[in-house]
Amino acid sequence: MSDAVLERPAVSTLFRFATAGSVDDGKSTLVGRLLHDSKSILADQLDSVTRTSTERGFGGASGGIDFALLTDGLRAEREQGITIDVAYRYFATDQRSFILADCPGHVQYTRNMVTGATTADAVVVLIDGRKGVLEQTRRHLSVVHLLRVPHVIIAVNKIDLLDFSETAFAEVADAVRAVTDELQLGAVHVIPVSALEGDNIVQRSPRTPWYTGPSLLELLETLPTTDELEADLEAFRLPVQLVIRPQGAVVVPAEDADAYRDYRAYAGQIASGVVRVGDTVTVSPGDATTVVTGIDFAGASLAEAVAPQSVAIRLADDLDITRGAVIGAAGSVPPATTDVTASLFWLDPRPLAPGARVLTKFGTATVQAIVTAVTGKRDLDTLALEPADGLDVNDIGEATLRLASPIPVEPYAENRRAGAFLVVHAQTGATLAAGIVVSGGSATDDDHV
Amino acid sequence: MSGAFAAADAASISHAKPSGHGLSTLDLLESEAIHIIREVVAEFERPVLLFSGGKDSVVVLHLAAKAFWPGRVPFGLLHVDTGHNFPEVLAFRDATVERMGLQLEVARVQDYIDDGRLHERADGTRNPLQTLPLLDAITAGRHDAVFGGARRDEDKARAKERILSLRDEFGQWDPRNQRPELWNLYNGRHTVGQHLRVFPISNWTELDVWRYIEREGIELPSLYYAHEREVYRRDGMWRAISEVSLPNANEPTEIRTVRYRTVGDMSCTGAVESDAATVNAVVREVTQSTLTERGATRADDRISEAAMEDRKRDGYF
Repeated sequence: MSDAVLERPAVSTLFRFATAGSVDDGKSTLVGRLLHDSKSILADQLDSVTRTSTERGFGGASGGIDFALLTDGLRAEREQGITIDVAYRYFATDQRSFILADCPGHVQYTRNMVTGATTADAVVVLIDGRKGVLEQTRRHLSVVHLLRVPHVIIAVNKIDLLDFSETAFAEVADAVRAVTDELQLGAVHVIPVSALEGDNIVQRSPRTPWYTGPSLLELLETLPTTDELEADLEAFRLPVQLVIRPQGAVVVPAEDADAYRDYRAYAGQIASGVVRVGDTVTVSPGDATTVVTGIDFAGASLAEAVAPQSVAIRLADDLDITRGAVIGAAGSVPPATTDVTASLFWLDPRPLAPGARVLTKFGTATVQAIVTAVTGKRDLDTLALEPADGLDVNDIGEATLRLASPIPVEPYAENRRAGAFLVVHAQTGATLAAGIVVSGGSATDDDHV
Repeated sequence: MSGAFAAADAASISHAKPSGHGLSTLDLLESEAIHIIREVVAEFERPVLLFSGGKDSVVVLHLAAKAFWPGRVPFGLLHVDTGHNFPEVLAFRDATVERMGLQLEVARVQDYIDDGRLHERADGTRNPLQTLPLLDAITAGRHDAVFGGARRDEDKARAKERILSLRDEFGQWDPRNQRPELWNLYNGRHTVGQHLRVFPISNWTELDVWRYIEREGIELPSLYYAHEREVYRRDGMWRAISEVSLPNANEPTEIRTVRYRTVGDMSCTGAVESDAATVNAVVREVTQSTLTERGATRADDRISEAAMEDRKRDGYF
């Protein structure tokens, strides 16, 4: 291996993606192959996997290496040959660093898919080329659609078993396109691959000359990230995590300490958009308007900052701002409301019934809530909303919630981070559901504020 | 680490980019880690940082200092001292605590061995013995959140652990029953007796950590850099000579230029031959290394394929 291959970039964009599909589709093999062929598996890991592969009599075209062993982390997984939970993998090329959320498809696929997809810039959905589009494929794509993952890559696997046939690939690709068109998924890339033999994973394969698109890795190296795509589209939002107010207990040199005696700044990770010193901002709840006088980051004064930077913001006016408040571009923050219509991805084995009292976490605000009604459940094959009076684990449904105190919620379709929330069990603390806001508020909002 | 980010240093540590296009990997990882640290400080009563003086915990402390500037780091440090620590690392630990004006609690494995609560293992390694003193210290300090510097790229079991990882009152990790972690919304709810382990640099690789140390000019214990040391060969690693790691008769000692990639218990941490005497040289070396840091230097993780998983289930870091 030459240094050039192993040399990793000092500055590169971090790209997060998730893989979805089942063991039978060859997902673990795909992930193992991607790590191996991008030279991200180090010698001792490879030794260990090769040893175990040999012990288990694994042979075949991959040179005797069971790539799935690279990714199955827990004892039970290795013993049973299954993947239990989302695992995170890290690799880098000259272009980029990657965080891969490896989501198993068999059990609790919705839970795992949702976990992986909420932070993903792209999802790679694996299809066994011999089987084509399955019910599970449709469901994975539905989740990807509802969670607004920016890029979808369909890897049509086992193209070697289809004799690298263009016709066979086209058949599967057409069926996939029919589903993605129906779901109105935007950028969809379909690639013929053989995870086992490495075709079109890192290098474009000479065995699929009829395919003129990029390899999987080439695609992952060039797609823009979510934050890059949305930086200019979404308005500035900063959910306040805490107020930095050292009251004299400062770490700056003694001669500068006086300047920080009355220091007060609002710390948080910018959820969306751009903020500049001098910008007029609105603080919610309430509708106070003020001006940004400083953007601080560990001693550095910034002229502007963007999502997802963690910063501390100073404001011109002394306002009563605490954790849970949202600072946003003036005039852009919707009025706080206690009434929310949302889609819920139900992740807990205990079913949801209307009237349930739960906790919700929107940004940095945790408030009590009552699920006032379950208004329907999605048929994941058609995405149609069907009547339902409750939700079971892995169901995706719609519900209305009433919050104990008003929150400036926004539709997830308009602002991803401002429209996402958790549903939490008030006693045990278990995460019950991932929520995305469909709409907030009603005509009576002002009564609550 | 400087321990303070003076306004005068502004130019040297400003890495912000003028648009959403172009934040570096390190900028993004730093931002994520600071967000996690602030969430936990905001939501928990008594957080504490596990601090060994090792590079990963030093990086977490540096991130905490940045998160609350110009205020002080609003939590203390906890070190589980195996009694087999490298003296230069303990000196570094104490100097850091002193400079930053922090509180340090030390839980000593030796105390437990002395009074019979723990017994020395036949193989002499004390890493697995840290769990009990750790859990006792968490209980005694009523710590509801415990920051650690673990990374997911270190080990297959760690690759599956959440950033906020719930532990029951026995400190146990239940890998099959973890909370889904969604968006950047962390759920830290827990009941009496439970606590959360928090790993703000979960998503960093060894190389990210070194590049960050280089970029930020973070100070580390000297043994991370190449130095001459009297060593002997065991299990394919260079082992330092100390009271707790003496060579056998058939293990000749020699002077070699080595450095440590991880800093743990002297009885099970090996050095690698290296002439990387500066942070830039280490970054170059890590970039080109063909071994993982644990595979290269940790005897304890070679015990079985699931060594880390088994220890974590029992309440280990």
